[in-house]
Amino acid sequence: MNQIIDKVLFSEKVAKFVVDAPRIAKSRKPGHFVILRVDEKGERIPLTIAGADPVKGTIDLVVQKMGVSSTKLFDLNVGDFILDLVGPLGKATHIHNTGTILACGGGVGVAPMLPIVEAFKKAGNRVISILAARNKELIILEDEIRKWSDEVIIMTDDGSYGTKGLVTTGAEMVIQREKVNECIAIGPAVMMKFTSLLTKKYEIPTQASLNAIMVDGTGMCGACRVSVGGRTLFTCIDGPEFDAHQIDFNELIVRLGGYAAEEKLANERFLSSN
Amino acid sequence: MSTNKEYLQTERDKEWRAELRKKMPAKDRTAKVRTRMPELDPFVRIQYQDREVNTGLTGQQAQVEASRCLDCINPTCIDGCPVSINIPKFVKYIELGNFLEAAKTLKETSALPAVCGRVCPQEKQCEATCFYTVKLKKDPVAIGHLERFAADYERESGSMSVPEVAPANGKKVAAIGSGPASLSFAGDMVKFGYDVTVFEALHEIGGVLKYGIPEFRLPNKIVDVELDNLQKMGVKFVRNFIVGKTASFEDLKSEGFEAFFVASGAGLPRFMNIPGENYNGILSSNEYLTRVNLMNAASEQFDTPVIKGKNVAVIGGGNTAMDSVRTAKRLGAERAMIIYRRSREEMPARVEEVHHAEEEGIEFMNLANPIEYFADEKGMVNRMRIQRMTLGEPDSSGRRRPIVLEGSEYDIPVDLVIVAVGVSPNPLIPSEVKELKVSKWGTIEVNEETMQSSIPELFAGGDIVRGGATVILAMGDGRKAAASMDQYLQEKMKK
Repeated sequence: MNQIIDKVLFSEKVAKFVVDAPRIAKSRKPGHFVILRVDEKGERIPLTIAGADPVKGTIDLVVQKMGVSSTKLFDLNVGDFILDLVGPLGKATHIHNTGTILACGGGVGVAPMLPIVEAFKKAGNRVISILAARNKELIILEDEIRKWSDEVIIMTDDGSYGTKGLVTTGAEMVIQREKVNECIAIGPAVMMKFTSLLTKKYEIPTQASLNAIMVDGTGMCGACRVSVGGRTLFTCIDGPEFDAHQIDFNELIVRLGGYAAEEKLANERFLSSN
Repeated sequence: MSTNKEYLQTERDKEWRAELRKKMPAKDRTAKVRTRMPELDPFVRIQYQDREVNTGLTGQQAQVEASRCLDCINPTCIDGCPVSINIPKFVKYIELGNFLEAAKTLKETSALPAVCGRVCPQEKQCEATCFYTVKLKKDPVAIGHLERFAADYERESGSMSVPEVAPANGKKVAAIGSGPASLSFAGDMVKFGYDVTVFEALHEIGGVLKYGIPEFRLPNKIVDVELDNLQKMGVKFVRNFIVGKTASFEDLKSEGFEAFFVASGAGLPRFMNIPGENYNGILSSNEYLTRVNLMNAASEQFDTPVIKGKNVAVIGGGNTAMDSVRTAKRLGAERAMIIYRRSREEMPARVEEVHHAEEEGIEFMNLANPIEYFADEKGMVNRMRIQRMTLGEPDSSGRRRPIVLEGSEYDIPVDLVIVAVGVSPNPLIPSEVKELKVSKWGTIEVNEETMQSSIPELFAGGDIVRGGATVILAMGDGRKAAASMDQYLQEKMKK
């Protein structure tokens, strides 16, 4: 179990891993995540599941090299084992037939969005997907998203691919053009914040999938707490998806930096030891 | 659990016990004073996160202490033990100098003697019902210290006895969670001949014994030895597995599991819902202790970070609060403070822990309650507002109710706040099993005698039923559940 069956490089810093995890592959649903630990000294980190093959018994995980733990994972190769892997965790996305879905994915957020887009399409919705990233190199899973979308809009900050501009530019264009019944937003917290502000203006129900700091992922530690509609909820067991219009994104962004100082030190130590 | 009076009597009537009683007149026994547990110097121990405070009795000290026990005809001490250890029998084996037999006696009914000898609140249990306490109004026999001694002696002797198990009956049962309730359940079920699998969500077996209780109070290697013992008896452990998520109860039933014991714990930390509580640097005791104990965050060799505060406030007066504040002290806090809304008398923590905390220079701000937190421009907590309290009439818990003293607010600087005001039941299992009856607090409802839930093949115990109790009460639940599950499965077989 937990062996890496395949590794696909999307860019210098982003890779997809296909991991042997038959139980999780069978029981996971769109929106679920896993917690993993690369080695004996590693952290427990949450990662949303990007796909699964219940027949082969594998799940897909997409990781972007950022700090110590994501780099350790990124550096694993086919044949290696992830020491600990547990899941599926969190609540599954509420999939239903509502009409037109606008799916906004930023950066590696496109990975967890893929199974959600697929499920909404299979449920009979019209799906319009917007993939946004800083540049062309960071646009991932375009073909896979296309397979389950009626339309795909690419947005890049530098205009190196698709249309130049932010995800919100593309989203607003669609909203003004046609009736959108529901929106989903997955990506960096700032991207989700502005997508949410936009859809709030147009009163389009929106779900955002959060990637908070977690330790256990089962409700035990409370590190992932988030204010939703004035109530404190836990991302791990109440989420990871919440009504975006109710999320206190400013607090979320501050909380994501809760261990910034410690993480910076750890990263320096890690880099100097390698 | 009712103790078997006949068995106790037969054991007491054995020749060696009778002779031992005659060896020393009762008045000589009662004239002795209770042996003190040797401890590491407070100034030394606060520099180490992983050095045990209590260093343990020597063989000689243990024998002297054991000789205080009068080997009563009616051993009321046992009534105070949730797992019904035959206390006089093990204590008398210590007096006799047969320490290995003492350890064996503990293991007749307890799956975790070295753990219980360290973390049980004996002053509220066996030692509270000891003849010395009740009738003589003297310090009780140090049953807890003796239990620890016997278990430690056996472990260090290298000749650990593995309790006998009945021939395998081929029936598969599961325990969910691997804390004290489950381990106690698993120990008994495997003795009855069942094929027992313990499923744990985390990457380590032991539950609160591993992620919660710090090394200076309960070293992990001691827990590991007890786990190893269970494994030798045939218990199987599966880590990284969440029953209800990784696989459903139905999946497990189709794999042959006939009954389940749910002991998933009170793993949902409570917060106070006061302004500023979500600032960085304010965390649950569960998070803080898990980072340090399970993830080794205090060591630079490990990747998990932990905030090492200089001015640390821990909110609460229970064992978890004491564990957190003493951990903070060991990680370099200049001020490590307990902020508790009642007074010292009402503190739920073990007396010994409060005493140790005081020795270590922990500040106690009692009759004080936080009402708001403030942060710097980066959102990191830097100040808290506290309100003074006074005590009124006793409330439903029998403790005097804290009342706010209006206009008594004051601020103190803090850079780390650990909230240890209790836990709620973990909602994972109740939310996955719709037909399971739960209380309005989210605890699983069970028949108190049998620990059976509204679903016949599902039993439950420990904090998921009690909502936050002690290791030993959880272990008691595990034993009760094992006995009644065994009966349930045997009856089912007859049908």
